[in-house]
Amino acid sequence: MSNNDVILQTIGLTKHYGGVHALTDADFEIRQGEHVAIMGDNGAGKSTFVRQITAVEQRTRGTIVFGGEETHFNGPIAAREAGIETVFQTLALADDLDVPSNLFLGREKRLFNLGPFSPLDNRAMRKATEEGLKRTGVKIPNLANSIRNMSGGQRQCVAIARTATFPSKLTIMDEPTAALGVQETVQVENIIRNMKERGEPLILISHNMRQVFDLVDRIVVFRRGRIVANLDAKNTDGQDVVSYITGAKEGTPERAA
Amino acid sequence: MADTSHGTGGVSFDSKKRSWPNELNIFFALIVIVCLFEVAGQLLPYMKGQSMLFDFNTNRDGTILNMARLKIMILQVAIIGIISLGVTQVIILGGIDLSSGPLVGAAAMVVMSFAQTELVNGNPNPKAVFGEWAFDLPVMIPILVGLAFGAFIGAINGGLIAYTRIPPFIATLGMFLICRGIAQWWTRGKPVSFPTDSFASLGSGMMPVVWFGGLAFIFHFILKYTVYGKHTYAIGSNEDAARMSGINIKRHKVLVYVIASMLAATAAIVLSSKNLTAQSGMGQFYELFAIAMAVIGGVSLTGGRGSIIGTVLGACVFGVIQSGFTYVKLDAFYQLMAMGTIIISAVVLDQWRQNSSSR
Repeated sequence: MSNNDVILQTIGLTKHYGGVHALTDADFEIRQGEHVAIMGDNGAGKSTFVRQITAVEQRTRGTIVFGGEETHFNGPIAAREAGIETVFQTLALADDLDVPSNLFLGREKRLFNLGPFSPLDNRAMRKATEEGLKRTGVKIPNLANSIRNMSGGQRQCVAIARTATFPSKLTIMDEPTAALGVQETVQVENIIRNMKERGEPLILISHNMRQVFDLVDRIVVFRRGRIVANLDAKNTDGQDVVSYITGAKEGTPERAA
Repeated sequence: MADTSHGTGGVSFDSKKRSWPNELNIFFALIVIVCLFEVAGQLLPYMKGQSMLFDFNTNRDGTILNMARLKIMILQVAIIGIISLGVTQVIILGGIDLSSGPLVGAAAMVVMSFAQTELVNGNPNPKAVFGEWAFDLPVMIPILVGLAFGAFIGAINGGLIAYTRIPPFIATLGMFLICRGIAQWWTRGKPVSFPTDSFASLGSGMMPVVWFGGLAFIFHFILKYTVYGKHTYAIGSNEDAARMSGINIKRHKVLVYVIASMLAATAAIVLSSKNLTAQSGMGQFYELFAIAMAVIGGVSLTGGRGSIIGTVLGACVFGVIQSGFTYVKLDAFYQLMAMGTIIISAVVLDQWRQNSSSR
């Protein structure tokens, strides 16, 4: 097994909240260009798993290897700077700002540096936004409008386009279509397909069985804080996945790879 | 739906989606209010057909405008207007600052103590606070002392709000009382007077308007075109999103409160210079009037929305209403009642507008 195309690996990743074992000994791997779905019931540990990888929380124990090196991010900003882009379940958008401002929130382009009073390079941010939206195939009627006036789908697309505008090594999406209508879901799924064509790795958390089988190469099932199944999407079916999710079928794979 | 599959990027424009700037609404409101007062001047029997803004008969100032009234109108809002520039930023951030009025009182006392002249008409200054060394200092000294005092108070406000997470209302309410106390303690209640000529020139004549205009201009650009402004709007709009985006929320909050208090201290410098004296009771109700100007100007109390242009227009509305009421000879107690009604209406209107614009 060649290790150099493994983009992210976790070994024995564990998180306890007081006495609650939210995540226990999660061994996980994702390779360059691979799209992996994480499935499981509510409270199975999916979001906890993501929060450890993105360093929104600090793990109780275990190892995270990202890009060949063991990491100890001290916060989500460090993780993002290292190349892990996350689309959070709760949209991390500022309603009153326009599209470019949201895309560049926290990493604005500056004309020159004057500390907090650095002037913004609005033209460059606007241009990069247009390119990022074009690359992801997102249509937004007017970039200068505030996000408040946009539909849920457009907002989600902006959130996803944010990850696509910046060079990233790994994208994580936490239920990106949970709150969307049919057409909007199609739009987001197209963005994901485009990412697959470009060979960008993705961890997708989703409850939508059709979507998962449509989009990903591999399905990892969480149950009660443990990884209970690691399935090739081509060699399994919905029935199988459901039985792992509900616990009808038991299993502890040696390594999720 | 075919066109959702592959977009052309965000380059297509839909002109009807372009939102109508709120500042224009306030501008029209300003014109309507002026017209109302003009009509009142023509119709009310005891007004004998006077005009509020125009002067067709005497032509005193060489223009058809009544310059004397215009000057008074702008002058009386300029100093509170300086405070409202800072209050605007604090409210956009999602906070509130109740301490600015008492801070004006306290800062005026402190500043004036460093701006005193030694001899008044050949006699020793009867209001001297310090000894020999504090007389006839260069004008920069009281200015810097005042700004430093404002920054110090603002840092405490912002620090409390950012690090102990107490509500801004409580933190600045406490500071409200503390500042009033400082103002009285400084000279045990005695006024401080007789500044140097150079200090007196800072707020003489139309200087308060120059300060207000200049600072409004500067902060308009800072809020609209710098990282500071962008982060202020972002935090007020969605603090969690701003945090997840990597903005240093705590540091930024402290900075905004420091700037707001420094603007209040600037108002104190200008006011004490204009009045040639400082008294511990100065700035009473200024914090509320400053908030009112911002709110009339369309700054949303829920944070994230508003602008310096809006606040300047709000200050103009405030000034027009104030002198308009005097002009139609409305008694002061009616003025207060009407002012309160207008502030409440402004917030209600803003909320309606907000609900209708977001689906």
